[in-house]
Amino acid sequence: MTALTGLRVVELSNERCAFAGKLLADMGAEVILVEPPGGDITRGFEPFLDDISGPERSLSFWHYNTSKRGLVLNLDTELGRNVLRRIVASADVLLESESPTRLDSLGIAPRSLRVGHEELITISMAPFMREGPRADEEATDLTLLAGGGPAWSCGYDDHSLPPIRGGGNQGYHTGCHYAVMALLVALVSRDETGVGQHIDVDMHAAQNVTTEAGSYQWLVAEETVQRQTGRHAGVNPTPPTQVQCSDGRWVNTGVPARRGSDYQRVMDWLEEVGLAGEFPEMILLQMGAEHDHLGIDQVTTDSVIREIFQAARDAIVLLAASMPADEFFHSAQERGFQVGIIYSPEEVMEDPHFKARGFPTEVQHPELDRSFTYSGAPYRFSSTPWAISSRAPLLGEHADEILSKVDYGDDEIANLREEGVI
Amino acid sequence: MREPDGSALGHIRICDFTGQLAGAGATKFLAAFGAQVIRIEDPSNEGRWDILRGGTPYKDERRGINLGGSFNNHNVEKLGVTLNLRMKRGKELLHQLIEISDVITENFAAGVFERLGLSYQELQEIREDIIYVSNCGFGHSGPYAKYKTWGPIVQAVSGLTFSSGLPNEPSAGWGYSYMDHTGAYYMAMAILMAIHHRNVTGDGQWVDMSCTEAGASLNGPAILDYTVNGRPLRRPMSPNSNRSQSPQMVPHGIYPADGADNWIAIACRNERDWAAICSIAADSGITDWTVDPRFDSLSGRIKHQDDLDVAVSVWTGKYERFALAARLQAAGVAATAVQKPGERVDNDADTSAWGLWPTVHHTEMGEVRVDGIPVHLSETDWRIERGAPCLGEDNEYVFGELLGLDATEIASLKEEGVL
Repeated sequence: MTALTGLRVVELSNERCAFAGKLLADMGAEVILVEPPGGDITRGFEPFLDDISGPERSLSFWHYNTSKRGLVLNLDTELGRNVLRRIVASADVLLESESPTRLDSLGIAPRSLRVGHEELITISMAPFMREGPRADEEATDLTLLAGGGPAWSCGYDDHSLPPIRGGGNQGYHTGCHYAVMALLVALVSRDETGVGQHIDVDMHAAQNVTTEAGSYQWLVAEETVQRQTGRHAGVNPTPPTQVQCSDGRWVNTGVPARRGSDYQRVMDWLEEVGLAGEFPEMILLQMGAEHDHLGIDQVTTDSVIREIFQAARDAIVLLAASMPADEFFHSAQERGFQVGIIYSPEEVMEDPHFKARGFPTEVQHPELDRSFTYSGAPYRFSSTPWAISSRAPLLGEHADEILSKVDYGDDEIANLREEGVI
Repeated sequence: MREPDGSALGHIRICDFTGQLAGAGATKFLAAFGAQVIRIEDPSNEGRWDILRGGTPYKDERRGINLGGSFNNHNVEKLGVTLNLRMKRGKELLHQLIEISDVITENFAAGVFERLGLSYQELQEIREDIIYVSNCGFGHSGPYAKYKTWGPIVQAVSGLTFSSGLPNEPSAGWGYSYMDHTGAYYMAMAILMAIHHRNVTGDGQWVDMSCTEAGASLNGPAILDYTVNGRPLRRPMSPNSNRSQSPQMVPHGIYPADGADNWIAIACRNERDWAAICSIAADSGITDWTVDPRFDSLSGRIKHQDDLDVAVSVWTGKYERFALAARLQAAGVAATAVQKPGERVDNDADTSAWGLWPTVHHTEMGEVRVDGIPVHLSETDWRIERGAPCLGEDNEYVFGELLGLDATEIASLKEEGVL
């Protein structure tokens, strides 16, 4: 049994909503990916298996479409739209992110598909509010993150360098996270009432409320945060937290020590690795150790506290720079300090902790007679585990199976194929 | 289970130990859709486990444990009670509260809840179908289970810091706790999926969320490029996250505009976009890229991307960013000014039409604007009106009306430090 067993979702293929479909499919929903003739445009997205392009070789498509079933459907024909209507009538959810007017002009607007099917939940994801003042604007992951707030807060101390878009389609991901959260709210509500509803997701708005202080510093105090290298943007500059270790790799040294016992442990650590003699501010660490607790809010008001904090930072920086990044990460964490090694995505897959918890996930590709390692579960459910039930669908792979389920006979299916509808 | 009240989650009660943003963000979302979220705080330290409780930003000159702006932002529409779990009577009251709750949520370091005698097994003994969702840095098992994190540490270890930045520079990372927001989103999804599963089967369960795993799951194509093709993201001149490799788009980046720290983002998706960009740039009289053989195909633009980015910067640098973005948009090109906070909050037609910044009433702070929710539901939409609870603000309602204690008993429990 999975968390979403029995939930049938129809997803109209689009790069903006693909991840939402994956989140549902990997939790057990039956997600039917509907692609246009020739396949979704994302089948042409790099990188490709062995760097050779082809509709079944996009690793991006592979990742975003795990556990889904697929068929090709020409929605520009009335026959194709009738097939869609019949599949949707059998489904619990329709997920789409078409351009604002396309489905209306085809006579398959999500809200219209709910007529006579009041249990259906429809979700429309759009870059901007549908029918809102910016509805016609074009957007990509880059422009969503740049216009919606995140990029303003990301980048470097040197402001001659541009603000930075975080990598990996995170703007689309944020929109998809909200789409799934909203769908699940509607589903839990439907469990009680039997009635579905329509959901609009504004992806620009989703970025706007995923900026932490970027937004609320303005909302509450009308102050503007400024970007800084590898740490929180702030109204006032804060000391660096990224340090290069002796092996050239980087770590994040985290928040400064706040408890007296932390200061004692910093001093012990300096002693242990023979750096106590090199560190000029031992006396300040000593003073820190005599406090029970140092409030971060005192930094601005108390110059001695400020110096004690700074001494702890300096000590951690000295320690980090004196040893390899791996050693610093583990030594610090084992001493109770919240620090992190800066891994690249692939290094996560090789890390013993992630391996021990089974994060790397093997997925069979029977058509290639091979299996590949995918990124794994974002959460661990004790009785309905996340799982990749199958690799992404080949183009049109499940057409017969999907159409049979909604009572198309073999002859009808053959006919649709002949007409070029599927 | 509560009586339904017409809201989406009006029948759900959550016994909530979350804090900061990674946990509090999850229950905020559920509270906005009507879930009754009862936030439990330790009276002995005035709830300071949540370092945001009395922290910046502040609405005015006043400071105090109830006046933290970020705490208010993340805890709207929740009830707040105090309860000392180190005292026997506190434990008893918690058990009574769990008996009438659907879900228990927490984002302590792994092991903390267990040491309080609240492991999943013990929670089940109190209520068999309880749903328990925990969210910590590395999950409750594995070699790093004891390691502690906050947002930037999660981002560092999960690969997200590394994947944000420019070549020949250290990582830019995220200028905020992207994984506190996003960890909260996964936590909210987990809670809702577990509730749906319970609705179907009658069974509860435990969701062990490791925030670093949630983060690591957000770099899928880069991970496959490594596991399938053997190409790591850590390689010379990589990453450059303002550029686009999947799919390949050139030009694609954040370019200077006229004025101090003003920037414009442009994504050229295809030859039609490129023609439009060339035509608008040619209008400025400084350049005509259509006659430059280096740039006449995508492969040429990829090869000469550094040169092209310099040329684009010279062009964009002469223009006011909103006006140039509007011209590009009118020609069908995806472009936007890099908006500053005040611009996207106060002058953005989309966010205001959406109603993205609701004003709440907070008992001590007064009227404050907060982050709203970027989805609208046609039948059971969200509502955000009440500010975050002051410390123990709802003790009378929760311990009195829900658990049936009388006013004298509540007063003496307060006296004894239980509440």
